[in-house]
Amino acid sequence: MNLRYNEEQRLLADSARDFLAARGPVAAQRKLRDEGSALGFDPQLWQDAVNLGWSGIAFPEALGGLAFGCMGLGPVFEAIGQNLSATPLLSSVVLGGSLVQLAGNAVQQERWLPGVIAGGLRLALAVDERARHDPVATTLKAVAEGDGYRLDGDKFWVVDGVGADAYVVAARTSGVAGEAEGISLFLLPADTPGLLCMALPLIDSRNSARLQLREVRVGQDALLGAEGQGWALLDAVLDRGRACLAAELLGIAEQLFQTTLDYLKTRVQFDAPIGSFQALQHRAARLFVDLALARSAVMAGLAALDDDRLDAAQRGRLVSLAKWKAGDTAIKVANEAVQMHGGIGVTDELDVGLYLKRVRVAQACLGDRDFHCERYAALGESR
Amino acid sequence: MSSIEQFRHDTRAWLEANCPPSMRTVMGEGDVVWGASQPAFPSEDARLWFERMRDQRWFCPEWPEEYGGAGLDPEQLAVLESEMRRLGCRPPQINLGIWMLGPVLLAYGSEEQKRSLLPPMARGEVRWCQGFSEPNAGSDLASLKMAARDAGDHFIVDGSKIWTSYGDKSDWMYALVRTDSGKPRHEGISLIVLDMRSPGVKAQPIDLISGKSAFCQVFFDGVKVPKSQLIGELNGGWALGKYLLQHERKAMSKFGEISLPSHFDLAELVREYLPQPQGQGELALKARATAVGMNEHAYQLTVQRMGQEARHGDDVGALMAIMKLVHTEQERDKFEVLLDLLGGHALGWESDAFSERQLALTRGWLNSYALTISGGASEIQLNVIAKRVLGLPDGKKGASA
Repeated sequence: MNLRYNEEQRLLADSARDFLAARGPVAAQRKLRDEGSALGFDPQLWQDAVNLGWSGIAFPEALGGLAFGCMGLGPVFEAIGQNLSATPLLSSVVLGGSLVQLAGNAVQQERWLPGVIAGGLRLALAVDERARHDPVATTLKAVAEGDGYRLDGDKFWVVDGVGADAYVVAARTSGVAGEAEGISLFLLPADTPGLLCMALPLIDSRNSARLQLREVRVGQDALLGAEGQGWALLDAVLDRGRACLAAELLGIAEQLFQTTLDYLKTRVQFDAPIGSFQALQHRAARLFVDLALARSAVMAGLAALDDDRLDAAQRGRLVSLAKWKAGDTAIKVANEAVQMHGGIGVTDELDVGLYLKRVRVAQACLGDRDFHCERYAALGESR
Repeated sequence: MSSIEQFRHDTRAWLEANCPPSMRTVMGEGDVVWGASQPAFPSEDARLWFERMRDQRWFCPEWPEEYGGAGLDPEQLAVLESEMRRLGCRPPQINLGIWMLGPVLLAYGSEEQKRSLLPPMARGEVRWCQGFSEPNAGSDLASLKMAARDAGDHFIVDGSKIWTSYGDKSDWMYALVRTDSGKPRHEGISLIVLDMRSPGVKAQPIDLISGKSAFCQVFFDGVKVPKSQLIGELNGGWALGKYLLQHERKAMSKFGEISLPSHFDLAELVREYLPQPQGQGELALKARATAVGMNEHAYQLTVQRMGQEARHGDDVGALMAIMKLVHTEQERDKFEVLLDLLGGHALGWESDAFSERQLALTRGWLNSYALTISGGASEIQLNVIAKRVLGLPDGKKGASA
């Protein structure tokens, strides 16, 4: 398994970093927040990123993609983390787009994928129903009615849900919460009657939403994939999203660590740079150790998604390791970054707080530390 | 066929013909052969394998032929090592002389020293031990006090060394000694070699919290050491010692490949001792064990990643600097959780009420305390990372690594 970016991916990393530093730096995110942007991202920035090819990185060439695989998404999400840039790459492309590509019929693919890849259309995935990620517990009801379905229920925390053109909704057509069997996926245009999207403002000032479905009546053609058989593809695509979030968290953590290290070298107290104090040196060294381990785990998680020799459980295990380690490390680094900056660390003026807030959201999104620890163990035992 | 392919072909054929099948299995602690004046062989096959590799000059294949090596170039050496790995060949012997002192002698020894010391080393006829640490020196190696006093054509050595592995079983020692107490402490140190059978040398094994150990304290009382046994320049020993310690990692990794009898599979033990966790406590213990296992997994991936980066010519200095710290602290974390997992079964001592594996686990746990102290304590490792890797400034006081 390759745990190192190749030349192509390194070039991609450089260009993504340069592009975002120029077009979507932290200052731009702060401005979006202060202006109360409803979208939570800059549509022009997204269109420019699409023009650079980002929306096609993981798609096959036949669909107009670059076929770089999931490993190719790593450098871009790391750069997104470093610059704290908001884009719908995760929601519309990695999650929604992948599901339509893998589960959609010809009509659905034709209707949505070209637009998603070109940036003109946006998909969002509605899975979670409670505050903590638990996709297999999906309970939103889809009852067969006439020659279609009636959907009723609520979704919590739909990433980039506000203003999306369509939603991929996980629903239960049979069975009970906790059973993989019976989970079905539906592709619902935003203007479907009975579907209501409400903004869910979170601390990271990005686009999050709740979704309300009341007597939503749809035909068979709204079903994405086979009835009751949505779990395997859903979990596989969630793993793509988790690995990308892990890369973003790694990017954030490395950036925050560097910022903090610079501060330790320049901030003078008691006539010495505070970085000369051993109490702080050892804490910084321990963060560096965690960052090194997190990078290895993230590289393995990304590589696993492109590795045909692995089965779903082996992939899931490595992705959970990546999300667990990157999330845990990013939290440690963010907490220490605030503490080591001292008083200024708790002011809104300093960017550290913006990173801290994004870390907590990204860490909880698609499974927090505890979720992935439990999943890693369970996938190991199922072997 | 290119010459390197020819070499691979010949090497493979020779190893297949000469490495006894029993020498191609995983070895335990009792299977180690130490090159020595009177080597002990656990089996006839071990003796055969030792003698054949010795006669092939493959104890130190990359050394020049005039000093007992086979003169292999780096490419050939890599081929030999990969072919031995492929067949699963055990190392024919373990020898601190070859791995640690040898490179120093090759770089800094006089011609006469190279000719007298290297060939017997290369034939596995001398067992070497290391005399660096001293009582009270702790992590601050440069504070060593064992004195070598100028007495004309020889030195008189007085003092004591500690944590010398197999000091009681070794033939010769390489040691750092103080040859000038008036100079700044790094500048009054010299590297010497000495015969452990010299009058006035006494080695005494040290019992650890884990029981019997290979460590000794070695006492020196008026020991005569000829001046011809000074390596490098007088008072120039500190630089040589540092050079030598750079090879310690390589030696330790070779040693690690062959002798890890205390390796415990955490996931397997969790399945055995906690098949169906019940209640808050056991569920919490299971989660703790999983987290320890996940960190171990991330460490193994880091070792893999470092190997890949090194092969691509990336700078892996920063990763190297964290390895000892991470590995030894993870071992301790693992034993902590294993101790809780096995409960009373992990607290037995020399009793048939416990299985061999349970007793080994108890000792492994106690031994894990030594790992985070020896070879540069964790605090020293953290200093090295903070200063050399992160570039944090020196303090007014405190240890500089």
